[in-house]
Amino acid sequence: MSSTAEQIPVKIQKEPLPWGLWLRQIGAIFRLEIEKNFLGRRSILLYLLALLPIIPLALLAPFTPPGEEWQDISRYSMIFAIFYGGLVLRTVVFFGCAWIFMNLFRGDIVDRSLHFYFLSSVRREVLVIGKYLSGLVTSIILFSATTIICMLLLYFPHFPSESSRFFFDGPGMGQLLTYTSITILACIGYGAFFLVVGLFFRNPIIPAIVLYGWEWLNFLLPPLLKKVSVIHYLHSLAPIPVSEGPFAVVAEPTPAWIAVPSLVIVTIIVLVIASYRIRHMEIRYGSD
Amino acid sequence: MTDVTNQIVFDDVSKFYGEILGVNRVNLSLGPGITSLVGPNGAGKSTLMNLMTGLLRPTRGRITVLGTPTDQPEQLFSKVGYCTQFDSFPRGLTGREFIRAFLLVNGFDRKRAEAATTNALEQVNLLDAGDRKVAAYSKGMRQRIRLAQAIAHKPAVLILDEPLNGLDPMVRAETIALFRKLAAEGLHLIISSHILHEVDMMSDRVVLVNNGYVVAEGNIHGVRDEVTDHPMQILIRCDQPAKLAAQVFAEDNVVEARLHNDRGGLFIRTRDADSFYLLLNRVVAAGEINVESVAPVDDDLSAVYGYLISSEGG
Repeated sequence: MSSTAEQIPVKIQKEPLPWGLWLRQIGAIFRLEIEKNFLGRRSILLYLLALLPIIPLALLAPFTPPGEEWQDISRYSMIFAIFYGGLVLRTVVFFGCAWIFMNLFRGDIVDRSLHFYFLSSVRREVLVIGKYLSGLVTSIILFSATTIICMLLLYFPHFPSESSRFFFDGPGMGQLLTYTSITILACIGYGAFFLVVGLFFRNPIIPAIVLYGWEWLNFLLPPLLKKVSVIHYLHSLAPIPVSEGPFAVVAEPTPAWIAVPSLVIVTIIVLVIASYRIRHMEIRYGSD
Repeated sequence: MTDVTNQIVFDDVSKFYGEILGVNRVNLSLGPGITSLVGPNGAGKSTLMNLMTGLLRPTRGRITVLGTPTDQPEQLFSKVGYCTQFDSFPRGLTGREFIRAFLLVNGFDRKRAEAATTNALEQVNLLDAGDRKVAAYSKGMRQRIRLAQAIAHKPAVLILDEPLNGLDPMVRAETIALFRKLAAEGLHLIISSHILHEVDMMSDRVVLVNNGYVVAEGNIHGVRDEVTDHPMQILIRCDQPAKLAAQVFAEDNVVEARLHNDRGGLFIRTRDADSFYLLLNRVVAAGEINVESVAPVDDDLSAVYGYLISSEGG
């Protein structure tokens, strides 16, 4: 009853890569996703996360807390380094990136709307890049703002004139830019990782928690294993080194000229893995 | 030799979900016009559609759509539009924004996307509702906006999974007319439906699917002819049904002759319809019996479906 058509060999001609088309498609995907990231129902948690470190500093702004270290502006660099490393970088940026990037694909699967992209005449690699860039811009805008506001809120309310000198005539601006750069690099690195996690795991929370533990325990790891983490490279870039306690295994910080390209290369590799995965992905919402 | 660049070709395709069978050993070659996939729930219709759009990958075999393998979405979806059964949409968009957004993702420039969006909304009669949020649409409107999205980029192949679900009778008729118009323009339309009389009415050919297997395909009357284990039923309206019954009973191929309740006709069940029609011609030519009408009773999709699917145990 059934019949099979005989195959006629189709001559394939090599054509130049359609970069213009790809850029247009990346732009279209980016616009759709950025709106979702900033205005979708999932964005509420992001705003709360971004505000998390700002709220205590804003509450402390009207009065200088008791304690010797709060009375001396020269100690504020260390206070901010600890605050930034513990709360902003390891918590807000980490979980913020996890939320944004894991939801880029996983969120569409949960909402049962990923097929609209899959049914479009777009290379899946282009889709990965468009979505990744939207996540990157969202996270960079939110968490860079958090970093900058936190630093300004720490200094200016307590020492207004000294803070002006620190930022405009001293090392303050350099530190601010360095911390912002670390935030951006963290978004690039964690973003790529969580994008892939969202593609490979039905419940990405578990691998996120495993990575969170790995990043927190980084100070206990031997020097070689330290290098298999994002936080090691980010710490190496910090303008004010922070002691990791008496049990920390000391390792040489990686120079910036190695740390930055390493993070970027790892990000590219991870994005290639994501592209491969998405190219072979099926839409079976029932099983998700 | 069939030109694969004008066909949707399944070449020994199987799909398993783990150990569960989706479809098995499917060999099909579908040309332009309306092809309906018919079968009970879980028969494998949606699996076939998802396979031909690359949303699923075959476990075995190969599928090409107008010569393009289904694992190349960037080429495939310039030719294919797919209206799925998934009743979900990206959040917060109006109907117009929804169609335009995915035309832009397809690579259309803004001007072309805007024109194509308006055209698609017009075709499904949603122009007035285009600026309302999709979330506020009724089920029928959501069905139509999905259809509009599938046809907006003017594909050569249109795949429609239960496209008449949720539509009121008026819109159903309009939608069927739209399908016919598109088929007349040379498109390939692959439609799945469980509303048999509508399928019967609009399809050029049917593919009957059951338990993951293609049990029959082709023109519905051709398929009926192949169902030899169920004698064909024919109703003959005439002035002397009892006399006709006596004459036709002498034929080997007639297995049953039964008078109609109003005694104005005769039901015949025959194993060889062609021989029976020859006999009937002779009777009419003899002038003893006046025959008003002759109509096969069970060569419609509904009957064929019943014979084939029930014999498959579905």
